[in-house]
Amino acid sequence: MTQQLITDAQNTWCPGCGNFAIQHAIKDVILRLESEGIPREMIVLVAGIGCHAKMADYLNINSLYTLHGRAVSFATGICMTNPDLHVICCLGDGDTYAEGIAHLLFAAKRNVNMTVLVHNNRVYGLTGGQVTPTSPTGYHGKSNPYESTEISFNPLSLLLSAGCSFVARGYTQRQKELTELIYAGIKHSGFSCIDILQICATFMNKTKEYDEQTYIPDDHDPEDFDAACRLVREYPYTTSGKIALGVVYREKREVFHVGTPYKQQEYSNTELFVRRFIDGRR
Amino acid sequence: MNECSVLIGGKAGDGINVAGQIIARIFTSLGYYVYMYYDYPSLIRGGHNFSMIRACTHPVGAYRSEIDILLAMDPTTLRRHQTKCKPDALIIYNSDTVQSDTGSGVPLKTIVEQNKGLAIMENTAMIGALASALGMEWDAIASIITHEMRKSTEKNLDIARAAFQLQAEKKELRRIGESPGILISGNEAVSLGLLSAGLNGYIAYPMSPSSGILHFLAASSHETGIQVFHPESEIAVITIAEGMAYAGAKAAVGTSGGGFCLMTEALSMAGMAEIPLTVILAQRSGPSTGTPTYTAQSDLHFAIHAGHGDFPRFVFAPGDSQQAFEWAGHALSLSWQFQVPSILMTDKTLAEGLYTVPPEFLQAHPPDSVLVTEVREEYRRYQDTDDGISPYASPPLSGAVIKGNSKSHDERGMSVDEAAPISAMTLKQMKKIRFMEEAVSQLNPVHISGNADSDVCLISWGSNAPLCREAAQTLGIKSIQPIVIHPFPEQEMHAAVKDSAMTFLLEDNYSGQLADICEAHGISINIRLPRFDGRPCTIDQLIENLRGRIK
Ligand SMILES: Cc1ncc(C[n+]2csc(CCOP(=O)(O)OP(=O)(O)O)c2C)c(N)n1
Ligand code: SF4
Ligand SMILES: [Mg+2]
Repeated sequence: MTQQLITDAQNTWCPGCGNFAIQHAIKDVILRLESEGIPREMIVLVAGIGCHAKMADYLNINSLYTLHGRAVSFATGICMTNPDLHVICCLGDGDTYAEGIAHLLFAAKRNVNMTVLVHNNRVYGLTGGQVTPTSPTGYHGKSNPYESTEISFNPLSLLLSAGCSFVARGYTQRQKELTELIYAGIKHSGFSCIDILQICATFMNKTKEYDEQTYIPDDHDPEDFDAACRLVREYPYTTSGKIALGVVYREKREVFHVGTPYKQQEYSNTELFVRRFIDGRR
Repeated sequence: MNECSVLIGGKAGDGINVAGQIIARIFTSLGYYVYMYYDYPSLIRGGHNFSMIRACTHPVGAYRSEIDILLAMDPTTLRRHQTKCKPDALIIYNSDTVQSDTGSGVPLKTIVEQNKGLAIMENTAMIGALASALGMEWDAIASIITHEMRKSTEKNLDIARAAFQLQAEKKELRRIGESPGILISGNEAVSLGLLSAGLNGYIAYPMSPSSGILHFLAASSHETGIQVFHPESEIAVITIAEGMAYAGAKAAVGTSGGGFCLMTEALSMAGMAEIPLTVILAQRSGPSTGTPTYTAQSDLHFAIHAGHGDFPRFVFAPGDSQQAFEWAGHALSLSWQFQVPSILMTDKTLAEGLYTVPPEFLQAHPPDSVLVTEVREEYRRYQDTDDGISPYASPPLSGAVIKGNSKSHDERGMSVDEAAPISAMTLKQMKKIRFMEEAVSQLNPVHISGNADSDVCLISWGSNAPLCREAAQTLGIKSIQPIVIHPFPEQEMHAAVKDSAMTFLLEDNYSGQLADICEAHGISINIRLPRFDGRPCTIDQLIENLRGRIK
C-alpha cells in the first residue's frame, strides 16, 4: 500500500463530483515534489469533516483527519512543531467559512506556512445540501426552505483583509491550472489559500455558469494589492460576474514561528532552568 | 507564638500579592512553614485585595480566620478585618490615610515621599515595620529585601529602614531554625512539573486562575526553549496542541471551566485519535463565568465525563505545590505512555496559593521517548497490541504512512463504518484501562495522614487536602486524599476506609461530587461538608465543625 498514492479505500464521492479533480491534482503535485527530491513522508494532509475530507482516506500519505472546522488549527500545531513538513489542508466551505472561519483568518494573519485548499462546492455536501456562507443568495436547502436573503461571503476579500500572503482561485473543471496553483501554493513560503470552485454533482452543479464566467486574466499583477482587491470584487459569489482564476495576490512576509521547534529543544536547558529557579527561591 | 497569621490588605494595584510573598519569605527565613492565600476581586485598580499569610512549625496549606498581625495599608482593610483580630493582635496601619485608636501608626506615605519613592513602595515601609515588630535584626530583613527587590534596591532599603526604626510596638516571633523550604505557588509548581517531565509546548488562552502558568512558561521560554503560544480561542488552543502531539511534541494546555467547555469536542478527538495531551483545569467558581478570582471544586464530574463518546483518560487532583509538581509530571508522562488525554485539576486556592516545599521534594523525572523511529513491517498507527498501546510515530518516518483519525478507523487509521472494526477499535482502546489502573496504583494514588488507626475518616481532594491533613492531625482522626480520581483508585480507597465508623467528606461544591463518586464505588459517606461561597474553609472553622459532629 505504501507505494501507491491512492489507497484501497472504497471511493464514495458521487459520479461527476469535483473532488476527483482535486484528488488527482494533489496526486500530481506530490509526484512532482517527489521528482524534485521532496520525499512523500515530508507531506502531511490535514482534513476537516465533509465530502472534501475523505481525501484523508483516499490519499496514501500522512494525514490527520480532524474535526469539522478545525483542520487549520491542528495544522498550525503541526507547522509550529516541525517547520520542515509540507502541510496541506483539505477543507470544505461549510467547514472553514462557517464553523472554522476564525482559525482560517488567524492562520492567514499569522502567515502559518501551510497550503489550504477550500473545496468550495457552496453547499454542505455530506449533510445533504444545506446552505453555506458561499451559497448564492436565493439558494434554498433543506434548512432554509423559505428564507434566503443573506448575501454571500466573498472569501477572497476576507482573506485579503486578513493578510493572507497567497490568495488564489481554481476550478475543478480546469485541472491542469488547478494543479499548477496547488504546486505554487506549496512552493509559497507562508500561508497560501486556494478557493477551489468545486462542482457538486448532486446539490450544486454550476458547471455551465462556471464554464461561461471563469477566465484567466492576462494582465493581472498579483503583487498589486489594490488590483487584487478589484479583481476579487468582480465576482461576489452570487450568480453573475466574471470569475478570475489563478493567483490573485502574493507577497513575501515573515513566516509564523514560535520559539524553538521541539526537535531542536534540549531537555538539559529545561532541567537547568528548573534547577536555577528552585535555587533562586532558596 | 508558635504560629502566626498575618493579613495585609489594600487596594487592587497596591501590590498586595507581592507584599504578601515577601512576608511569607520573612517567615520561611525564620524557620517556619508558610501558606499564603491571596484574595482579590476581578479588577485591576481599586477594590479590596488582601493576602493571608500563615506561618506554622509544621507543613501548612490552610489559613486561620483569626489574625495575629493586621497590616492595614488603607482604611477598608482596618474596617473589614479588625473584627477578626485576636485580643492580643498587633495592628500596624498607614497613619497617613488610616485613623485608628489602637495599634501602631506608621506614616508610610510620608516615609516614601521623603525618600522620593514610588507609591507602591509603601509596602516596603510596611514590611520594614513588620520586621521590626517581629523582633528581626535589621541585617536579616535587609538581606530579604535585597533578594526580593532587584529594582531600586537601595531606595527600598532606605524606606524599609525608616519604618523599621519608627516601629516600637512588638509581637515577637522566635527564629526556630533554617528555612524549611522554598515558597512556590500551585501554578509555578505545575509549570515546573511539566517542564521537568519534558514539556515541549504550552498553549493557552488567558483565564483565571490558570493564567499564571501561561505567564510563567511564556516568560521563561527564552531559557527553557519550549514553545509557548496564546492563540485566538480555547478551541484553537487544544487543536493546536493536538497538532503538535501528532507531530511528536509533548504539549499541554491550561484553562478554567469555561475554556474547558470549549475544548471538549477536541478532547473527545484526543480520545478517538489516541493523541497524548495534558489539560490543566484550574477551577474557579461557576457555573458560567461565575466568580473569576474565587475558588471552587465543582468541575469534577465534568472533567471525568467531558467529551462525547467513551474513551479512557486520567484525572488527577493534587492538593499542594509539592503534589502539583509531582502530578503535573505524571500527567504528561502517563498521557504519552498510554496515548490518552490526562487532566490535572487544580483550583484557585491551590493555583494562586503559596506553599513551602522542601526543594529535595522537587525532583525531575526525565522523559522517556516513546516515539517509533524506524519501521520494519507496514506501520499501523492503531495496531492492536496486548496492552492496547499502539506504536506512536510522528512524520516524517521513512516508509511509514501515519494516519491519525477522529473518525472510527481500522488499525491503519482508515475510516470505517462496518460493525466489526468499530467494536474492535473500541476494545483495543479500552484494553488500556486495566494497565492505566496498574500504573497509577504504583504511584501512591491515595494519600493518608493523621491518625491511621482512627475509625473516623475525613476525605477531601485538591486544595482541601492540606487543610484536612492538619484538622485530622489536631483531632486525632484519619485524613484520606485520593490524588488520582480517574480511573478511581477503588482498592486503595476501600483499604483506606475499611474500619471506618464515620466518614466525612469536605469539598468546595454544592452537590458533593467526590462523595457521589465514592458512593458509586461502594464507599459510604456519612456526612458531606459542602462549601460553595468561593472561599476555602479555614482551619478553625473546619475543626470546630468536626468537633461538634464526631461521635
Ligand atoms: C461540530 C460538527 N458539527 C456538525 C457536523 C456535521 N457535519 C458533517 S459534514 C458537515 C458539512 C460539510 O460541509 P462542507 O464543509 O461544505 O463540506 P462538503 O461536504 O461540502 O465537502 C456537517 C455540518 C460535524 N461533523 N461536526
Ligand atoms: S454530495 Fe456533492 S460534494 Fe459530496 S460527493 Fe456528492 S457530488 Fe461530491
Ligand atoms: Mg461544501
